[in-house]
Amino acid sequence: MGNRVGIIGVGQTHHAAKRLDVSGTELIAEAVTRALDDAQLTMADIDAIVVGNMDHFENINYVDTWAVDGLGAVMKPVFKVTTGGTTGSTVGACGYYHAASGLFDVVLAVGWEKNSESDTQAAIATCANPTLERDPFAGAIGPLATEYSMYMKAYGATEEDSARVAARDRNNALNNPYAHSRQAVTVEDVLNSPMLSYPIKFLDMCPRSDGSCAVIFASEEKAKKLCPRPAWVHTSVVRHDYTHFGDLEWKFMPTLERASAQAYKLAGITDPLNDFDVAELYIPASTCGVKWMDSLWFCEHGGAPELIRKGTFEMDGQLPINPSGGVISTNPIGATALIRIAEGAWQVMGKAGDRQVEGVNKALCTGFGGCSWSDVMILGADLP
Amino acid sequence: MGLYEDKRKRTHTPEGYELLTHESGHLEYDFHWHLGYYWSKYLTEMRDNKRFMGVKCPECGTVYNPPRVNCGKCFVEMNEWVELSDEGTLEGFTIVRFPYIDPNNGEMKQVPFTSIWVTLDGADTRMMHLSNETDEKDLDVGMRLRAVWSENRTGGIHDVEYFEIIKD
Repeated sequence: MGNRVGIIGVGQTHHAAKRLDVSGTELIAEAVTRALDDAQLTMADIDAIVVGNMDHFENINYVDTWAVDGLGAVMKPVFKVTTGGTTGSTVGACGYYHAASGLFDVVLAVGWEKNSESDTQAAIATCANPTLERDPFAGAIGPLATEYSMYMKAYGATEEDSARVAARDRNNALNNPYAHSRQAVTVEDVLNSPMLSYPIKFLDMCPRSDGSCAVIFASEEKAKKLCPRPAWVHTSVVRHDYTHFGDLEWKFMPTLERASAQAYKLAGITDPLNDFDVAELYIPASTCGVKWMDSLWFCEHGGAPELIRKGTFEMDGQLPINPSGGVISTNPIGATALIRIAEGAWQVMGKAGDRQVEGVNKALCTGFGGCSWSDVMILGADLP
Repeated sequence: MGLYEDKRKRTHTPEGYELLTHESGHLEYDFHWHLGYYWSKYLTEMRDNKRFMGVKCPECGTVYNPPRVNCGKCFVEMNEWVELSDEGTLEGFTIVRFPYIDPNNGEMKQVPFTSIWVTLDGADTRMMHLSNETDEKDLDVGMRLRAVWSENRTGGIHDVEYFEIIKD
């Protein structure tokens, strides 16, 4: 099972459509400095560093070498991982694995992206098979839009259901000073925004952002010594499922179902809707915020629209989802899934400011990459 | 340099220097993707015989379109080729209205275009292709579709121009 590990510090940049004032290395240094300060550590306390992004967004390869200064990695072990949309949560998982192995005590995990430096959709489209699938594949939006066309047909979900998710996340972002897009919107605003790719509209979809996030993982002994209230990692599970897009079962989401089922088993979660106090979920489009709720075992297949209409996942609902505003408000892709872990950790540590949910004991964090794989991390205030 | 400052709106350094962006210029380089036995056969059959060929897994029985050597689930080699119909069922669709750069040629994508998943009769997996319909009101999940073959076939997925709705 590995040794116990706690998150003892978190830092993130002010995310934006374009950060002209910093290079990639400097953007990373901002998040790293803020995480060290949050944990009241210096770089001398860090034993190893994991970093990730998606090279083809900036066309500057090997961040593990060229960003050494900003990472504080001079003369330290540094490892790069990159797994598409899940890069940030994989970086988090690897930070956790390093500390859980007992080989490193304090591990810095960093995700970052400067999406403004290229055409994001073109870069994402390179994930599709160039001969057989790339041409009809429409960037990140295409498969997500298509899967919701299937879900609507199968279960009677509507475009208004997804618009509710978009409005929830976007309005939550008003409480998050780091969020990229902070605007009050109504369900009507979402429904009336320009159609990007039926049935996904402009306000349903995540932006592309510049930003970085850093999370510090520590062994049990170090965490207890260095942090009054660590966010303990209860489990971290990864599931992949991809050969061709058409191979996947799109009416539900097998990777999220399998990853979350395994994570719940390992963390002793039997009733996720009640056992969790908050969730920071990688919901790249509001349509996923409907369909994928089934796959997190909050309800039977097809039950998500009803939960959303009841307000289950609003800030004052049974299980607040994305107090930070989520991916729909902030999306520096290599950092995006790590921000879910960072925000979940801050919720457990009681450091989430205006977006704090009261009395958080357990937080659910997910990553999505694609298409279509899932990472799940469960954080808790109590030792696992 | 102001690590805690919210610098998102900055256009100049504190000393007044304008913040610069260095344009890469148009980058272009070519790739050579090797298709191997299975995709070479698949695309040649489409080009020369206007037919789709899938492969069947000896363990789980799944018929894959497009074909490939390994069944991902069972991790066994697949050698049984199965001819598929050029008719099938629409499983999902999206009508893409936002333009973006096509990474295969560097040009802007022409929109709208309609991306579909279609399961050909005889196959168990969906193939990703295009529909000639561009209004969501004209498409419905579950509709029957037929491949419209291109006159000039070159051994690529565009040897099928698009899938059209089969009207009774």
